[in-house]
Amino acid sequence: MSKTARVLLWTALGAGFAVIYFPLLVVLLNSVNSDTTFGWPPKSFTLEWWGRAVTNEGALRALWTSVEAGLAATAIALVLGTMAAFALQRYRFFGRNSVSLLIVLPIALPGIVTGIALNNAFRTILGIDLGLLTAIIAHSTFCIVVVFNNVVARLRRMGGNLEEASMDLGADGVTTFRLVTFPMLRSALLAGGLLAFALSFDEIIVTTFTLGTGLETLPIWIYDNLFRPNQAPVVNVVAAVLIVVSTVPVYFAQRLSGGDSSSGGRI
Amino acid sequence: MTAVSPPSRRASAFFFRKPRLRLAILLSAPLLWLGLAYLGALAALFITAFWSTDVFTGQVVTSWSFDNFVTLFSDSVYRTITLRTVGIAALVTVVDAVIAFPMAFAMAKLASPRAQRILVIAVMTPLWASYLVKAYAWRTLLSGNGAINWLLDPFGLSGPGYGVAATVITLSYLWLPYMILPIYAGLERLPDSLVDASSDLGAKSFRTFRSVILPLTFPAIVAGSIFTFSLSLGDYIAVKIVGGTSQMLGNVVYDNIGAANNLPFAATVATVPVVIMLVYLAVVRRTGALDNL
Repeated sequence: MSKTARVLLWTALGAGFAVIYFPLLVVLLNSVNSDTTFGWPPKSFTLEWWGRAVTNEGALRALWTSVEAGLAATAIALVLGTMAAFALQRYRFFGRNSVSLLIVLPIALPGIVTGIALNNAFRTILGIDLGLLTAIIAHSTFCIVVVFNNVVARLRRMGGNLEEASMDLGADGVTTFRLVTFPMLRSALLAGGLLAFALSFDEIIVTTFTLGTGLETLPIWIYDNLFRPNQAPVVNVVAAVLIVVSTVPVYFAQRLSGGDSSSGGRI
Repeated sequence: MTAVSPPSRRASAFFFRKPRLRLAILLSAPLLWLGLAYLGALAALFITAFWSTDVFTGQVVTSWSFDNFVTLFSDSVYRTITLRTVGIAALVTVVDAVIAFPMAFAMAKLASPRAQRILVIAVMTPLWASYLVKAYAWRTLLSGNGAINWLLDPFGLSGPGYGVAATVITLSYLWLPYMILPIYAGLERLPDSLVDASSDLGAKSFRTFRSVILPLTFPAIVAGSIFTFSLSLGDYIAVKIVGGTSQMLGNVVYDNIGAANNLPFAATVATVPVVIMLVYLAVVRRTGALDNL
């Protein structure tokens, strides 16, 4: 390849990363920008908004709702995703491709379709009032795929030899799982769990349609306050917190999974 | 060998002899959850699309009719919104492909293996930063006294403000990693020897790109386009945040659930992105893109 082409490609890569990270940096900077209209560039800095945000009741309540929904959805997704991963990775059966499509579907279809389908099912078909529980059910549905992807990748890599050896040596199924399978899966489960939690924590479209009135997750709280000018400083802090809260665990999940989860987000 | 084996051992042996039973147990819970709850909800949604709402009580009337679909196709407002939505989604896909390809190429073919790993993490990490925060970031960037105008001002230019252009920019930004990752994976699989052979045979960089690299990575690009296109089709939040007054299909769905309380019509509108996606998937099936997902 010519030198010019190389230079151009490296430049494109650098410019691309600059564009990817610059907006996030602006949000982080604005959270300490003392100017309430957030004109650019910031002239002076303050921690006042952070002080106000950590005592903002609405934001704190929303944070708690997000954590509750995230933990519950992650727990359900860990169980269902792992079961599905074992079934699809270890067995060949009729309809296997359809099952794997079904697992990806909640995330492959536009969020609004998933959201309104569940909203309609809860309200019109089942006659259940929306609440935290309905949001947890919805979140679990699209978090399964994240756990599934991580566990499948790990199962594929570790094969079945060690488990067979354990059985040959006389361990029963439970013992083999406890002493052989689970330790090898542990970091994949942790990575999948972190990613599922992050996905649930960030989700807004499906949440909007499945969370009961009066309840707010953090993204919904931001959305509700986005168009209120006097809330702008606090929104900036919460947005900055969200960037840190969601990207740091994901960074660790990536390292934990050791390149297992080659695809991210909704994929 | 003990005469009586402990119960756990017997249970283990029992399940070991019955792989079908083990499979059934493993599949039962996920299938009940996804098959009944999720597929059931989807099926119910498409049935609801044929129902209507009582004008006076606001209750859903469960009688079959094509009225919603007739409204959807005959009203010029919905036609405009559908065309705008598809146009935005297509444009976002093209913009992302053009930006992502050189980035993915540099990552896959120029970076060292160690750097590759770091670069992939660097692409994926912001992918998870809140969707809403990223859309909000563009709202501040594009505002009157925001960073974009500040950057363009010395050149006597100004940013696009809020509108369709801002929507395309924001959505392209949001979905860019979904395009970079599949193209990167596709390029990684492309043997260097083919590129070398092309230049040995006298082809210049551009000719190699057009005749060798592009045809072989096309399925990967299409795989990426499935996500950028589908996610843009269903969006309604970005357009609310940076789109000014313009609307997309998602907004129509949202408004019919919230303000208008017309769930059946919302369901009808929601079938449009699904049908468009199914057609799109059927068209790109031939390229082999689905195997690249």
